[in-house]
Amino acid sequence: MAVSEAARLRAEIGRRERELRALRAELAAALAAEGAALPPLPARACLGAAEILRYSRQLVLPELGVRGQLRLSGCAVLVVGCGGLGCPLAQYLAAAGIGRLGLVDHDAVETSNLHRQVLHREAGEGLPKALSAAAALRQLNSTVQYVPYPMALSPSTALELVRQYDVVADCSDNVPTRYLVSDACVLAGKPLVSASALRLEGQLVVYNYQGGPCYRCLFPKPPSPETVTNCADGGVLGVVPGIMGCIQALEVLKIASGIGSSFSQFMLMFDALEGKFRNIKLRPKKPDCAICGDNPSITSLQDYEAFCGSSATDKCRTLCLLPNEERISVEEYKKLLDEQVPHILVDVRPQVEVDICHLVHSVHIPLSKLEEKNEECLKFLGKRLCEERQRNNVKTAFPIYVICKLGNDSQKAVQVLQALPDRELGSILAKDIRGGLMAWASKIDPSFPQY
Amino acid sequence: MAAPVSLLVEFGGGAELLFDGIKKHQVTLPCQPEPWDIRSLLKWIKQNLLKERPELFIQGDTVRPGILVLINDADWELMGELDYKLQDKDNIIFISTLHGG
Ligand SMILES: [Zn+2]
Repeated sequence: MAVSEAARLRAEIGRRERELRALRAELAAALAAEGAALPPLPARACLGAAEILRYSRQLVLPELGVRGQLRLSGCAVLVVGCGGLGCPLAQYLAAAGIGRLGLVDHDAVETSNLHRQVLHREAGEGLPKALSAAAALRQLNSTVQYVPYPMALSPSTALELVRQYDVVADCSDNVPTRYLVSDACVLAGKPLVSASALRLEGQLVVYNYQGGPCYRCLFPKPPSPETVTNCADGGVLGVVPGIMGCIQALEVLKIASGIGSSFSQFMLMFDALEGKFRNIKLRPKKPDCAICGDNPSITSLQDYEAFCGSSATDKCRTLCLLPNEERISVEEYKKLLDEQVPHILVDVRPQVEVDICHLVHSVHIPLSKLEEKNEECLKFLGKRLCEERQRNNVKTAFPIYVICKLGNDSQKAVQVLQALPDRELGSILAKDIRGGLMAWASKIDPSFPQY
Repeated sequence: MAAPVSLLVEFGGGAELLFDGIKKHQVTLPCQPEPWDIRSLLKWIKQNLLKERPELFIQGDTVRPGILVLINDADWELMGELDYKLQDKDNIIFISTLHGG
């Protein structure tokens, strides 16, 4: 009788503790939604029986132990970006029993995210990523507090936000946000675990930690926008950010538990194609750094989009190289096709993208070949032009329409074609198709693949 | 007269795309009156390896912002940057920083 009474009471205490935790998490989310400061995580002296069981496999590690686990449960981590890096990072931090996870992302879940952003689900398409991630994490570990911020990190809010957390993980995907997060961490005095990935490579550095350098120490000047490639343009194999996000989670856990990080003043470079990790010794903190140096010129957050010359929220840059009269819309091009107006359509995308999908009547010449004035390609185009001219008996400038994925490279290609001397291709009239094949897919032919 | 210098020059993080997608280049710099340093190596790369759009790699006499230079797995800032005197068998890496996530 007494045993079962004790068991009943234990179960009741467990139930109420879970309820309390859930209420605290709800309170944190509600406070965050109101923009109010979060209450500090409660200081704890010991682990409960449920926690001991749950974390037993890491508790027995002498490097972590009860002390480390208690530190984890008292630690708040801000995750900036719930994408390819943020998903695996947040997953391992939640599983390990971190106290609170702030999840920042302004974006919504899209089908093309699912190959790498492994917390989001097919059914969650269109949901804010911050909410989608929080929902998935809650199913994994309901004892962690999740605070979703479905918004872009901005210079007006970043500092207040970062101050409420102990460690920051930069899982963002653009240059302005990287400077913003780093500056906020320097001003708030928080360690920053930063990772990035593209194509088949990854990089990781821990900034502003134990006297080490900050992001600006390493990169005082931002790269010009035309030298920056994003995952949509450059591509990325999903597991690569997965690997980087996992190492990032590891470093956050080491910092949070008091073990300490291995990557202050070091960069980890990962080459997935070669299967190689490289450890690079970096410069120390720079005395003349604009924000963490001895006489900082930056003492508050700035306009980072202006500083970098690029947007923190745009998925793709849209170039405007050609005047309006040298561009046509997909609707105009469709009409021209229907009316069988003689022309040549040149697709200037790389081979790998043409393999994915293309318009059957297009001629393929990659932009890179055009830019280097590849003889074989120009000869091939010249021959096709000659045939079409004769077949249609066109004596005037022959129309060439150039298409690519989104309508940026097609403009560059038109400029190359225009600059060719007449002896190369004869008299031509080159224009590009605005919005490229993706506009074709969304406005003209819904069965055409989008990628 | 400085002896010829053999180097392993590597490009990564997307910088290799300016060099026909080839990441590793085994190069031998010829004899010249002055010893080779990173400054003269950059000029040599511009003349011998770089095909299109040099401004995406070199600006002025140095690399463009966003490219880290590594000398034998160390940040070039620790080694004297442009003035570092190249040694035979050195490994020089030019890595473009990634921003994707
Ligand atoms: Zn600094």
